[in-house]
Amino acid sequence: MAMSEQEIFGKVKETLVEALSVDEEEVKPNATLTGDLGAESIDFLDIVFRLEKAFNIKIPRGELFPDNVLNNPEYVQDGRLTPAGLKTLKERMVHADLTEFEKDPSVSKLAEQFKVQTIVNYVRNKVKG
Amino acid sequence: MEFQSGKRAVAVKNVSLAEEHLHDHWEAYPVMPTCLMIEGMAQTAGILVGQARNFQEKVVLAKIVKAEINDLVVPGDQLKYEAVMENISPEAASTTGTIYRNGQVIGQVDLMFSHVDQNMQGLEFPKENFVFTGSFQRMVEPFLERSDV
Repeated sequence: MAMSEQEIFGKVKETLVEALSVDEEEVKPNATLTGDLGAESIDFLDIVFRLEKAFNIKIPRGELFPDNVLNNPEYVQDGRLTPAGLKTLKERMVHADLTEFEKDPSVSKLAEQFKVQTIVNYVRNKVKG
Repeated sequence: MEFQSGKRAVAVKNVSLAEEHLHDHWEAYPVMPTCLMIEGMAQTAGILVGQARNFQEKVVLAKIVKAEINDLVVPGDQLKYEAVMENISPEAASTTGTIYRNGQVIGQVDLMFSHVDQNMQGLEFPKENFVFTGSFQRMVEPFLERSDV
């Protein structure tokens, strides 16, 4: 039986509480991983490992949190994503709402796009297959 | 002490008053510093992670996920570090670890390691493996040959 949104959110919350040592109340759908929950780069890998276990899924490198975008000069110029970079990012991050980011695609603001809901969306798509 | 490639490593540390740091920690009542127990687990688990990729990766401790030590360890005690591989990917690995004092569980130390050459930012590090150096590999080789690798 497919998991409900609530069940997915509950497990994601549990995962983030364990990985980031935050309180349950802090894990809200709109909370950003780096800004609100204090995640650092290694935490992203920890989260990936824990999600794989919790949901019994395989998360290929760069699928949940894209890599090889920011270090590609074709995609980043003067600290901002180029149209090509933005296009690639949107293709790779279908689970993220990048509407706000598109208005000002500064690299420094990219981390703010990773929210709790982004993970929930990703997992929902993944468990649906 | 025990080694199963990619799965589990066990190491032993005999705590002795001959160790200088115990004289300062503390002079009147020497106890093994807990940070050194975390270090002991990091070394045990680090070898487990490194060997799983044939010591080709530069394995660095990236995160202490959990560290709970519930009792004191004094000179004369024997510590056993048991590290178990939870997950390993091209970029990183996670381990869980149990610390025993004279056969009794006294703590849990869970860690994450990074394979620094595979970092997501694409940062470059020196080519030479500064973690598992030649002398380190020569030191562990005879031991690993005897183990279940």
